[in-house]
Amino acid sequence: MSTAITDGWTMTRRNMTHVVRAPEELILYFSLPIMFVLVFGYVFGSGMQVSGGGSYREFLLPGVFVMTMLYGLGATATGVAQDLSRGVVDRFRSMPMARSALMTGRSTADLLRALLEMSTLLICGLLVGWQWRQGVGRALLAVGLLLLLRIAITWVGIYLALLVRNPETVGVIVFPAAFPFTAISNVFVSPELMPSIIGTISEWNPLSATVAAIRELFGNPGLGGDSWPAEHAMLLAVLWPVLLIATFAPLAVRRYQRLSR
Amino acid sequence: MTTFEVVAEGLGKRYGPTRALDTFDLTVPAGTVHGLLGPNGAGKTTAVRILTTLLRFDTGRASVAGYDVLRRPDEVRARIALTGQYAAVDEILSGRQNLELFGRLFRLSSREARRRAAELLERFGLDEAAGRSAGEYSGGMRRRLDLAASLIRTPRVLFLDEPTTGLDPRSRNQVWDLVRGLVADGTTVLLTTQYLEEADQLADRISVIDAGRVVAEGSPDQLKAMTGGDRIEVVVRDAAELAHAGRIVAAICGAQPELDPTVRRLSVPVLDRVAGLVDVVRGLDDAGVAVEDVGLRRATLDEAFLHLTGHRPDDTREPVGAGRKADLA
Repeated sequence: MSTAITDGWTMTRRNMTHVVRAPEELILYFSLPIMFVLVFGYVFGSGMQVSGGGSYREFLLPGVFVMTMLYGLGATATGVAQDLSRGVVDRFRSMPMARSALMTGRSTADLLRALLEMSTLLICGLLVGWQWRQGVGRALLAVGLLLLLRIAITWVGIYLALLVRNPETVGVIVFPAAFPFTAISNVFVSPELMPSIIGTISEWNPLSATVAAIRELFGNPGLGGDSWPAEHAMLLAVLWPVLLIATFAPLAVRRYQRLSR
Repeated sequence: MTTFEVVAEGLGKRYGPTRALDTFDLTVPAGTVHGLLGPNGAGKTTAVRILTTLLRFDTGRASVAGYDVLRRPDEVRARIALTGQYAAVDEILSGRQNLELFGRLFRLSSREARRRAAELLERFGLDEAAGRSAGEYSGGMRRRLDLAASLIRTPRVLFLDEPTTGLDPRSRNQVWDLVRGLVADGTTVLLTTQYLEEADQLADRISVIDAGRVVAEGSPDQLKAMTGGDRIEVVVRDAAELAHAGRIVAAICGAQPELDPTVRRLSVPVLDRVAGLVDVVRGLDDAGVAVEDVGLRRATLDEAFLHLTGHRPDDTREPVGAGRKADLA
């Protein structure tokens, strides 16, 4: 057990060193959400309405937080696929290290990275007039929910990479695969304002649960709807990620073990 | 008593209908270099991946460094190292960071990992490039870094899967020297290669693999001997005299020489190399045949391979006829 933790930490540090040595990718992942804040907050936002009233930018920020967590999928999946394609995984697998370290190291590093991205976005949010209105305790709880979602997304990403293997293919499919989840959700628009079927899908979207929950915790506008998922956002914001982890972590581990077939 | 560091008995591995390995047997005594020689797709890499615990097999039994590969993979992993065809290093990290990472994963303290990395970087001539990303290294440097990573802790058994494929001759010689140094220190090496010269240079014993099974095993000299050993080659000045010279040589050596009129050359197997050569030169001189060139030619592993498998090692599976003559050109 202790070797699993030591090796996992060694692998975490390895992945963090990647970020330091190849920061271009990080810049891309930073600039995307900031762009969304600016474009949606100032360009489209002027024509947007928030159900129940309130500032659109304050409505938007929790959505962009969640979107940033989701786009971490790309970083996770390409990172794992690159390891697999470059043969370095063969060295890891032929060494007397903990089998789990490759995945736990990836997961931890991605979490630290998510914290970094979130801090930047937080500052960016404060600059455009967003704020948390329910105290630091609840704000930290919201950050906790975001990180939980990020862990779930990491495992989806690891599984995706093990399934597809080719890093270029992974890079190409990640964005189109992830985009609908942000579009058909409450990230940019309240589901009540959407056509009914799409609105329902949006409300049940796992991302929407986290968005709604953190809007509530931050005290931002846009809490809306009297549907079941809207009323139980907090529960779903925990349940969805846990369900995703419970599904994709075992799938990924099995897939990883099947590398030796 | 000899201890065997690598033992494989009747290994079989299928991928769907393809048999990658088919009753593959291998024993490698401690402290020796064993070459697995065979064309692409013969099963060399499959065998190495099984023995290094990366791949499961369907039938048979395998043990490395005294431990069963299937039941005690961690014990095996603690005693082996693998340097593959594709350098297994982290391309984003620098050379130094790579070695420190692997050192940490071998449970060295961070100070010890740093010290070991510095030592290996110097020994492998990489200290100047230590801070650069491994992805920017040349093929030869990357392979050296890969080898260095395999030596962070001296392995009992080192697996080298085509360690010099794609390297220029200078880098190849460097790798060969490193391997010789390791063997001198007592490491057992299992080497796969498509290059006969490499097997000839490094290996104490060679298994020739074709289509997933061992078709011949022996020392390089034994394998060469299987093709008929050494030959005397004579080039006559006048093509018209070739047949005449052939009869004289046949009488002296007691074997029918092969004649190649296009280059005015005849070639005959010989047992007693020097005496045979002297007799042939004297016999031809006595008969007044003008000789332009004469020499002894050692059999090559190339011929041995062709003889054993019917095709050349670096070719596709096309058989190249039966003759050894094809190789004399």
